[in-house]
Amino acid sequence: MRPEPLLSVRNLSIEFNTERGVVRAVDDVSFDVAPGETLGVVGESGCGKTVTALALMRLIPSPPGRVVSGSIRLAGRDILAMSEKDMRDIRGSEVSMIFQEPMTALNPVFTIGNQMIDVIRRHEALDRKSAKQRALEMLERVGIPIPDKRISEYPHELSGGMRQRVMIAMALSCGPKLLIADEPTTALDVTTQAQVMEQIVKLQEDFGMAVMLITHDLGVIAESCRRALVMYCGQMIEDAAIEQLFAQPQHPYTQGLLRSIPRIREQKLESLPVIEGTVPDLLHLPAGCRFADRCPRATTDCHESQPPLVAREQARVACFHPGLQDHA
Amino acid sequence: MPDDKLLQVRDLKKYFPVRGGLLRRVVAHLKAVDGVSFDVAAGETFGLVGESGCGKSTLGRAVLRLHEPTSGEVVLDGTDIAVLPKSELIAWRRRMQIIFQDPYASLSPRRTVRQTIREALDIHEIGDGAGRDAEVQRLLEVVGLHSHVLDRYPHEFSGGQRQRVGIARALALKPDFIVADEPVSALDVSVQSQALNLLSELQRDHGIAFLFISHDLAVVQHISDHVGVMYLGKIVETATAVDIYREPRHPYTRALMSAIPIPDPRTRRERIVLPGDVPSPISPPSGCPFHPRCPEAMPICSQELPPTVNVGTHTPHEVTCHLYADSTRV
Repeated sequence: MRPEPLLSVRNLSIEFNTERGVVRAVDDVSFDVAPGETLGVVGESGCGKTVTALALMRLIPSPPGRVVSGSIRLAGRDILAMSEKDMRDIRGSEVSMIFQEPMTALNPVFTIGNQMIDVIRRHEALDRKSAKQRALEMLERVGIPIPDKRISEYPHELSGGMRQRVMIAMALSCGPKLLIADEPTTALDVTTQAQVMEQIVKLQEDFGMAVMLITHDLGVIAESCRRALVMYCGQMIEDAAIEQLFAQPQHPYTQGLLRSIPRIREQKLESLPVIEGTVPDLLHLPAGCRFADRCPRATTDCHESQPPLVAREQARVACFHPGLQDHA
Repeated sequence: MPDDKLLQVRDLKKYFPVRGGLLRRVVAHLKAVDGVSFDVAAGETFGLVGESGCGKSTLGRAVLRLHEPTSGEVVLDGTDIAVLPKSELIAWRRRMQIIFQDPYASLSPRRTVRQTIREALDIHEIGDGAGRDAEVQRLLEVVGLHSHVLDRYPHEFSGGQRQRVGIARALALKPDFIVADEPVSALDVSVQSQALNLLSELQRDHGIAFLFISHDLAVVQHISDHVGVMYLGKIVETATAVDIYREPRHPYTRALMSAIPIPDPRTRRERIVLPGDVPSPISPPSGCPFHPRCPEAMPICSQELPPTVNVGTHTPHEVTCHLYADSTRV
């Protein structure tokens, strides 16, 4: 039996008012994260993965955005019903988030130490000295060399990989139960990415926290997660254990995505398999399945009604014709 | 010397002055490209891979003289274009074009697709007005865009479509050499594979040679015939795409290969995690620039620049590393 979920999201829908009309960026998304679990969320730009994450932190800018339906429960608490003050109390201590571009997430006019000490003292009754001690420990744990020198430096004095480590140190300094990492290594070089991902996995084990890893990179998902959700056009289209997702993807979009990644291989391919066409405009969505126009298996059904997310072979998939077919 | 070498780059250097002090004197040089040599055969793709700041984009621009090289040769079809006077350069520019990474920043927001693609034809006075319009239509078809988009502006397109416009613009003068600087890095996976296929098709149909620059070794390995790996202003290893995969020799290439996450959870492999960060190109380390991070560094590595040697058995495979000092020098 699965343990009681740490995070439970049910039927979450989020809309944004834009100049051209109302856009539903997240549409009826439901999932759980178990304590200590690493959940991957994968999808292309505009699929709603970041908006979902921001909603968990209650950071959707409103206006123009708003949660139109659904519930989010974190460690038994109803996130959407909490006051702003209570929300500030749990950001950092219960749930933390790290972003793609650490330069914009860190304040350029304060030292690393000042920013970290502020976060720690916001949540815990420590004096400045003990808070600084904690900050130093955290910097050391994320692998920053000479932390007592770095702590008095400003963000611009650090390299990209170093800044992301500082972000991680700050995010973990009050021991959150859930870390949301939104494309944490996308802005980093591949060798630095390897260092940072290794650190995240290690810290997760040490702290026993759950991680929700959002990325467009299926390689990063394959190496770090136990389970992953695939999103397309604001909807969840597949949810499966990682081995199954990569070995037996059920949704034609997941299958297409996996086939179209360039891989290091011995044989040179003439051409890469592609997913034809482009992602539909969120303002002019088709009536049926949102992938139907690009799908090799689409039938009349697919164009007329939306496939619900249903359980299939220990996974959940939203497709009328799931499974491994025409694996061309 | 095989005559199918369309482009030969020899000992190319591009230094940027670093100014400082009260009088803004030149206090140091940033050696962005520091003595790079490679060949690109006609109709082939030479892939250049490296991490941010290694000098790969500067190299691409120096080859086209979008940056004036500090020294070295860039021989295109027998002529050293690195020393040509500007007045003669323009004729050569017709033969060499560039595709940029960011299809948002590299297209003028105030020009329609027609104007953007036509500009080069106008500048080089190719054909008459009607002929140029017909050519623009043909180019759009070649890159897979419908002619009804001719009078639209860049903001009306998706990233993938914009990159197609950028590619059509580069093709307008029928170049035989294109520098593609991270052309697919800003695109989503499903669109990226479409764009990569388009570039391969263009090469097949028009015999265009590419210098394909990317930080993504998997993309480079997929599209290239030959691959050069760059670190801190220097190419440390050059080989065929197959050999780079089969037997990477330079410790940096090995680390780079091992760092790429494999999209298959059943594959587990030894990862070489490099310590530290890339040093500043203003004050590169002595000896081999990679030695402070190299898992196999020897005492000599911090003292002497390693020689470039050929370790290939069938095809040339050049590596600049003391580990192979016994092999034939290039």
